[in-house]
Amino acid sequence: MLNVTQLRKSFGRTEVLRGIDLRVAKGETTIVIGPSGSGKSTLLSCLNLLEIPDSGELELDGHRMKFGDGGKKRTRELIGYRQKTGMVFQSHQLFPHRTALENVIEGLIVVKRWNRSDARRRGEELLAKVGLREFADRYPAQLSGGQQQRVGIARALAMDPAVLLFDEPTSALDPELVGEVLRVMKELAREGMTLIVATHEMNFAREVADRVIFMEKGLIADEGTAAHIFGASRNERVRQFLSRFDAAAELPSVPVRVQVQATL
Amino acid sequence: MSQERAERLWDIALHSLWPLLQGMLKYTIPLSLVSFALALIFALLIALAGLSPRPYLRLPSRFYVWIVRGTPILVQLFIIFYGLPNVGIVLPAFPTVVIALTVAEAAYCSEIMRSTIKSLPQGQWKAGYSLGMSPFQVLRRVILPQAARISIPPLGNQFIGLFKTSSLAALVTLPDLFGVAKQIAASTFEPMLLYIIAAGYYLLICSALTVGQHRLEKKFGNYSL
Repeated sequence: MLNVTQLRKSFGRTEVLRGIDLRVAKGETTIVIGPSGSGKSTLLSCLNLLEIPDSGELELDGHRMKFGDGGKKRTRELIGYRQKTGMVFQSHQLFPHRTALENVIEGLIVVKRWNRSDARRRGEELLAKVGLREFADRYPAQLSGGQQQRVGIARALAMDPAVLLFDEPTSALDPELVGEVLRVMKELAREGMTLIVATHEMNFAREVADRVIFMEKGLIADEGTAAHIFGASRNERVRQFLSRFDAAAELPSVPVRVQVQATL
Repeated sequence: MSQERAERLWDIALHSLWPLLQGMLKYTIPLSLVSFALALIFALLIALAGLSPRPYLRLPSRFYVWIVRGTPILVQLFIIFYGLPNVGIVLPAFPTVVIALTVAEAAYCSEIMRSTIKSLPQGQWKAGYSLGMSPFQVLRRVILPQAARISIPPLGNQFIGLFKTSSLAALVTLPDLFGVAKQIAASTFEPMLLYIIAAGYYLLICSALTVGQHRLEKKFGNYSL
């Protein structure tokens, strides 16, 4: 359903994506992992054309776009493609001057030209789906980080996208708020929504991924099932990256031990 | 002060209150309102052009702001009123002042708008685009409502400044609040008295504007708790 062919993107002289090939089937959950600076975010931004690739090809749900053939993309064409994708940002990017409900229905009203009462009904459904029915009239500043992020998910869902992209959706959250967001995402995966998620939540990845992609230096260095990547990857860099993660996960216990020794 | 002089001052004061008020109602206030309204419209266009990635829009906008901010408004006013007749363009005093105030104010307000629009996180544009909005829709629905709120305090300041600057109208013969004060001061030889009354009127209106500005700020500020 989503085919990415030889996608390339540079910022100035820095090549951030150096030829990405990717196939995602409908209903699949694809997890993108890799060190920061490996191009995960740029890849997601290119998939919904918030960044315009320098060259390569995208095909989503029959809508094909070729880049780097000289012609500049028309705004109308970009907009048509973007409407098939939904994006959840690391720092939610809700509209602060609109309530949770208004955030969710903004696209329906402005882009899809729904009438207000239909849009409200749909918006309330979506807020209920992410567990925020009672928070419809709150402004983003009155919500917790996890709630904001769930409103962001509902807003992206409202456009009924063919694929939902998540750019490190829990990286900016307090640890105790991560779970509620991941729960919503798991639910979406179970319902058969097509998801592409850049994340550092390895347990989540193990649990929901149909496929895991390991990116490094603008390339897909390894890919496969979660079992393959987390268990049996022959790629040295993948194992290094994951082992650093395990080490990081144990970090909190270290100072405690030091303290104990000091008191002895 | 002799009793006679005190009575004379009192008499002049009483008799100039109404003419000064008339000058304010007929000239100072309309000049300020019309100029500011026009200036806001032009300022938005100049600000948007100044933010454009297209050089044929951005460069003229920057050039305009450079020229207007780099020259005194009094000089601009005199160029229009006393200079343009040399090349055959004669404008009446009222439109002259409106043009001069609008031109100057548009430059200053456009800088306020440009910087507030720029100060909004880039992610707000991305969020709008990701929903499939056009650049114009993002601007109208997402960016401008937020920018408007942020720019109310500085734009309020601009308007208060403009209200006072409108007193330059007196220098191109208009009988505005200050112009009337000047006339009566000249005919009665009591400049101190007349200019203090004029100052009082300006202070009164500016105080009211300040209160209005705070109300607006409160009204537009209700979403950021």
